[in-house]
Amino acid sequence: MSDRTVDVWGPRTPHARGTDWPIRVDLHLADGLTEADVDRWVRSACVLCSNGCGCEIAVKDGRMVGVRGTATDAVNHGRLGPKGLYGSWPWASSGDRLTTPLVRDAGQLRPASWDEAMGRIVEQSRRILRDKGPLGIGFYTSGQLFLEEYYTLAVIGKAGLGTPHMDGNTRLCTATAGESMKESFGCDGQPGAYTDIEHTDAIFLYGHNMPETQTVLWARVLDRTRGDDPPVIVCVDPRTTDVAREAARTGGVHLAPRPGTNQALMNGMVRELLARGWHDEQWVQAHTVGLETLRKVVEPYTLDEVERICSVPAADVARAVEIFGTSERVLSTVLQGFYQSHQATAAACQVNNLHLLRGLIGRPGCGILQMNGQPTAQNTRETGADGDLPGFRNWDNAEHIAQLATLWNVEEKIIPHWAPPTHAMQIFRYAEQGSIELLWISATNPAVSMPDLHRVRQVLTSEKCFVVVQDVFLTETARLADVVLPAAGWGEKTGTYTNVNRTVHLSEKAVEPPGEARSDLDIFLAYADAMDFRDKDGGPLITWRTPEEAFEAWKRCSAGRPCDYTALTYDRLRGPTGICWPVTDEHPDGTERLYGDGVFPTSTDYCETYGRDLLTGGAVTREQHAAQDPAGRAVLRGAPYVPPLEEPDDDYPLRLATGRTVYHFHTRTKTGRARELEAAAPGAWVELAEADAAALGVADGDPVRVESRRGWIEAPARIERTRPREGTVFVPFHYGYWDAGAAGPDDDREPRAANELTLTWWDPVSKQPMFKTAAVRVRRVEVM
Amino acid sequence: MARHLSTYVGLVHRGEQTLVDSLRQVASGHPEDPDTALVCRSLARQHEGGLQRLGPVADRYGEEDVEEPQRLHAEALTRTRSGGVGLLRDLQDLYVLAALLQTSWTILEQAAQGARDDELLQLSTEALTQVARTIAWLTTHLKAASPQILLVGP
Repeated sequence: MSDRTVDVWGPRTPHARGTDWPIRVDLHLADGLTEADVDRWVRSACVLCSNGCGCEIAVKDGRMVGVRGTATDAVNHGRLGPKGLYGSWPWASSGDRLTTPLVRDAGQLRPASWDEAMGRIVEQSRRILRDKGPLGIGFYTSGQLFLEEYYTLAVIGKAGLGTPHMDGNTRLCTATAGESMKESFGCDGQPGAYTDIEHTDAIFLYGHNMPETQTVLWARVLDRTRGDDPPVIVCVDPRTTDVAREAARTGGVHLAPRPGTNQALMNGMVRELLARGWHDEQWVQAHTVGLETLRKVVEPYTLDEVERICSVPAADVARAVEIFGTSERVLSTVLQGFYQSHQATAAACQVNNLHLLRGLIGRPGCGILQMNGQPTAQNTRETGADGDLPGFRNWDNAEHIAQLATLWNVEEKIIPHWAPPTHAMQIFRYAEQGSIELLWISATNPAVSMPDLHRVRQVLTSEKCFVVVQDVFLTETARLADVVLPAAGWGEKTGTYTNVNRTVHLSEKAVEPPGEARSDLDIFLAYADAMDFRDKDGGPLITWRTPEEAFEAWKRCSAGRPCDYTALTYDRLRGPTGICWPVTDEHPDGTERLYGDGVFPTSTDYCETYGRDLLTGGAVTREQHAAQDPAGRAVLRGAPYVPPLEEPDDDYPLRLATGRTVYHFHTRTKTGRARELEAAAPGAWVELAEADAAALGVADGDPVRVESRRGWIEAPARIERTRPREGTVFVPFHYGYWDAGAAGPDDDREPRAANELTLTWWDPVSKQPMFKTAAVRVRRVEVM
Repeated sequence: MARHLSTYVGLVHRGEQTLVDSLRQVASGHPEDPDTALVCRSLARQHEGGLQRLGPVADRYGEEDVEEPQRLHAEALTRTRSGGVGLLRDLQDLYVLAALLQTSWTILEQAAQGARDDELLQLSTEALTQVARTIAWLTTHLKAASPQILLVGP
């Protein structure tokens, strides 16, 4: 195999439209090993991005020694990306794994037994429940755990303790995906399928640098754009990414809107589509509501007005809409360039609207992928381990609460449902104020990944809040905890997870976790045992002990809901491929695409939400929803463009966007321990537009300081890489302080985490933080 | 003629301005609560847009300033309170201002229909949509924030 840090997408296997994507099996084993040396292969799926590639883990002498793509898996047809190949397994045998619990005494973390560590958590929990009740306890979890673990955590939080304070780091990456689908279709759930790439005539990527974020999916796109009858690519991104270059190559177009103006662009595109009469009037009448309101909302956004607001040439917008309006099949994907920007949910909804207006949904080649950023984020949302309720139930629907109460055999009133579950940023706010006194963080690293790190570190170190961290390594966050619990990671435990296009995979335990590390499921079960959570008849609240039993419990919870897993079993998931939900007796082999019948889960009794105002997040009431009576029709949601509230100014004249790079995932917990990946991207950098660099007197490679009102970082400048739009600075968000053995910057360590600069603002609808809005200034520095 | 109608044009004009000023006041008084700070600023800007559209109609009708309805005026918030309970009270104050404005617009919308005044009718309808949006957000935020503040707030 070639060096895949250089040949990121691997060799091309071009093919014509409507034909199968060829199989290409990617394999990487530890130095010196061949397939013949491997003792056994264990079924799994990759967790180093949200794509969800089926793979097998190579085991030798009880250790993970490599990984191989699953040829028969529908997601990847054997392929793996550089992160999956090089980063999936070396971390597991890294010498710095957490192997025992740690507790903080006299300011220092020291090893402890499980009994002692769990005893402290239980003691704190009981004290808080006695003194304040469940509102004093909060959970911040992940997009990295397994379905069985999330569901168990959700039941503990909602029916055991009865706290509304539970969210996932999915809030930072996919909250807007879920919210936009709830608003448009009545419920979360991707309409599209990856196989749409094989059938489509045009692919629109909105704020989605797929070549870096989902490399195998991009390989799938390239195999079409380099084959016969290729699709046209349209790129919406302020940077000149590989997507933009492919758009140019395929006769498409690159729209680079001024940051913060996505909604004006999208309104202009919707307006132009309607003005040109490219919508399907009949389909719209039959399957949607809201056309006249939408038409009114988008009326002011002429192409000239869009050019004025977004600095995108009117002719380019017209060309993009022409491609959308005249291609027989269109696939759209959306990611952080929309989700982490101003008017995130509103803009993502306009992508849905374009498809609804043409009826391009639910058939081959006509998909929408409101992407996830993480491999198991879909499960966080499905199971209600984030700001949702299990099974995509509606917190504002009394009948849905009654269903959960019956399922769990608890009183309805114990399940918090007076408002939506508390979102992550607000959970940290409560911890900061001291009204949450126990914050339990699992499999995520907010001391690097959340905005405004100085503030996050203050919250985590505050005397007011007892912090529990459950992870595989002593992360920056774990270093600040009061109790640290060592967790088993991928390959060291069994469970299922669901990727962007609803494909469920089973990942089986390949090796034993090190030392006393336990699976996250076992940790949550141990807490439930110690707290002795009971149902209303005095029986144990949590009746399962194994991953498979937890999966069976989840199936009962999912029954009858859009994410119905009832006909899935562990056995079915043992191959040859992952299976897309819903999987029911009626659809035993799963469901490749949703909404092929044009019926959407919008009826008032069934929908996941009654909706929110796209400008403010104000909740629509049940009565208002019923009055609109969508009854199975999708909702065309509109909102005017409103300018961002804070623009760059004289003091901080540039706009910062943070983002991901191809070689790392999140805060490098795993990828930073993979030799090949670390060598490819060992440190942070700052991407500048050529004109800005020239004005600042900065050459490629020069050390620069980036400052915002909240903090500063230093890193070398890069000028050529993706050429951000003038006025925009890009910094990767992966780099923190753990490799230097620290939780944050100090006298010996200069700040380098991008989130030293970002601000605590979020989209009012999805509550997703805006990582692409901070105003900054940049200057050359002499030494670093 | 239509003297009372002019009075209500004056009432909504001042009511919108009062709400805009008060939204800004609450936004700057609670920077630690981004939901409040950001959405109040955004709402202020939206109400301000409505104010600008009101200008020509106000000119046309004049703005009567008679004794009796003046008792309906509410003063803008001139300062904000601190802490969680302070936030709730400030949001309640905004709610009262918005609700007063909503009733004034409702009255005006009725008169606009009677007068067959298309311009005023459209303006009233838009203004009522906007004020309903503001009230919906205030309700949503009050509902989400209150249990934590009342039960376990510092």
